[in-house]
Amino acid sequence: MHEWPVKVSVNGQPTEATVEPRVTLADYLRERCGLTGTHLGCEHGACGACTVLVDGQAMRSCLMFAVQADGCEVTTVEGVASSDGELSPVQDALRDCHGLQCGFCTPGFVMSITALLRDNPTPTDQEIREGLSGNFCRCTGYQGIINAVHRAAESQA
Amino acid sequence: MKAAAFAYHRPDAVDEAVGLLAEYGDDAKVLAGGQSLVPMLAMRLTHFDNLIDISRINELVGIDLRDNEVRIGAATPHAFVGMDDEVAESVPLLTLATPYIGHFQIRTRGTLGGAIAHADPAAEYAAVALALDAQMEALSPRGARDIPANEFFTGLWENSMASDEILTAVRFPVWGARSGFAVEEFARRHGDFAIAGAAVAVELDEGAHVSRCGIGLLGLGSTPLRGTPAEQAVVGRPVADITAEEVGRLAISALTEIPADLQGSAAYRAKVGATMVARAWKSATAEASNA
Repeated sequence: MHEWPVKVSVNGQPTEATVEPRVTLADYLRERCGLTGTHLGCEHGACGACTVLVDGQAMRSCLMFAVQADGCEVTTVEGVASSDGELSPVQDALRDCHGLQCGFCTPGFVMSITALLRDNPTPTDQEIREGLSGNFCRCTGYQGIINAVHRAAESQA
Repeated sequence: MKAAAFAYHRPDAVDEAVGLLAEYGDDAKVLAGGQSLVPMLAMRLTHFDNLIDISRINELVGIDLRDNEVRIGAATPHAFVGMDDEVAESVPLLTLATPYIGHFQIRTRGTLGGAIAHADPAAEYAAVALALDAQMEALSPRGARDIPANEFFTGLWENSMASDEILTAVRFPVWGARSGFAVEEFARRHGDFAIAGAAVAVELDEGAHVSRCGIGLLGLGSTPLRGTPAEQAVVGRPVADITAEEVGRLAISALTEIPADLQGSAAYRAKVGATMVARAWKSATAEASNA
């Protein structure tokens, strides 16, 4: 099958490659850009581990082909902390509130929470639970994560 | 990467997309937001030699109010529909249904036309289209035609469009001032496919009689369905004389193929469905009575 040229800005850096159309954005980020922070759990849109921002909107990078992100601005978990390595308020709050254990799901949670708080800086508990319903955690449990969202919201107030 | 190989086409205009679909026919599938199609490709439940990506065709994105109808371009993302003030004012049933569609990370990418054309029995916008008597606009090399929502859904993930037709927009009628709307859905986890759900629209006349009623049912058959016996039973009667329990019971009374799976038996789904209709009826009639 014909390969397609793709240009994607990833965390502010221009990237380009020629890919098969069936290569997902998640695989492009991991294998072509070497950014393995974006994790793949289910690869069919259920678990949320691969959530990234595409032109600022939180999306599943496993449900998008790299060719569809051509010309887009993508932010991955590697682009969330500041350039000197200081954690973002969301990352900081997840650490402080024991919002992660094995960490596999964490990149997806970080991206979802980042988008959630940007659009709704003072979410209610119900809004947080609804906003995180599309991300699975299989070890720590959700209470610490929800506490972290409250903490991050307070720290940015 | 789990999907089998395919050729990718990214037309810039609708006419170009129609031409590609006519050229490849059954060997091609339209790709919009991909939030249903890509998982199906990943699980290899389906495969097409050609995918025609319409997500960048600007003329397929947008929301317009005209002639007492709201016309929504097929490639308009759910998130746009859910946030639009014109939609909230004129077709509130869409606004109420949007938060039930997947998760916000799905609604940023999934499209209204994609959800309707995919024709999943648990699709919220499909139930809304049925309840409101929406019109689907289909385009092929033979020209454009309207398909009434009642004639659109033909089977599980099947619609009445020909293999060279593309869904370009859906037109939702704006109901009268004295109307009420409600969506109720039950799922084990927010954002999951509904075990059962209902979208109810009701319009009252000056004497508080029901002048119009539309009930869309979710997850209760192989397609999105209408609660026709209940709709017929309530029109013309004083709204105060109708109990929510009666509407719920009648809405599911003619269903013949309620699905049964690990999430619930057919009898359980029927009971949940009747309850969802009854709850939505209560909210919708309360709103209409106070309008």
